[in-house]
Amino acid sequence: MNIRISIQAASFDPGDEIRELRQASLDVGGISVFVGVVRDTNEEDSVSGLFLEHYPGMTEKQIKTIVDEAGSRWDVRAATVIHRVGQLHPGDEIVFVGVGSHHRGDAFDACEFIIDYLKTRATFWKKETTGTGDRWLVTGDSDIQTADSWNK
Amino acid sequence: MIKVVLFANLREELGTKSVCLESAGLSDVQDVIEKLGDEQGANWLELLTHDNILVAVNQEIMDRDAGVADADEVAFFPPVTGG
Repeated sequence: MNIRISIQAASFDPGDEIRELRQASLDVGGISVFVGVVRDTNEEDSVSGLFLEHYPGMTEKQIKTIVDEAGSRWDVRAATVIHRVGQLHPGDEIVFVGVGSHHRGDAFDACEFIIDYLKTRATFWKKETTGTGDRWLVTGDSDIQTADSWNK
Repeated sequence: MIKVVLFANLREELGTKSVCLESAGLSDVQDVIEKLGDEQGANWLELLTHDNILVAVNQEIMDRDAGVADADEVAFFPPVTGG
């Protein structure tokens, strides 16, 4: 399994990342991709900025553990996880998860599993800037339930 | 020394991203929290003992009864919100 994990301030090009996943191996028959983007509204407030902080070192290890877990559950030939940190704005990409598998079913499931687990287990924190001030986000119950549902 | 690191709203509310503690007499995370309360102020004790605050020792999630030793890194942070 080819794994690429990057925590970075810089933006990324999903097209470049897909091309790289394709080049990992000619036995990759399908690539599934999730791209997370900063919204301009949250809970009915307008959002003008999103600041992302993380725990350097621990974050990378946790993402590697999540990708390895996906690789033990499904056929994963190549996986890329990129997560941005620092100050972002509406329309900016936050996160890229791409999985290359022999067949599409494994690629879809592994990609969804990785982003669901990343949201509840990787050490990132978001603070959004709204018209009424800055606020740290709290983990949504629905995100926790979604991640937990993989263990049912 | 034990290095204590803080993230997100804890880092902001406590006004620092890290502090170092003498490791003598500290055997678990709870000891670290109590010493921080003694040395840094009662608000540290209050915030770090809050139910939703997570603990990592050497970058692994742990309970508050986890052991600590000299040169360990102990992190406190709220539930994560990435993705």
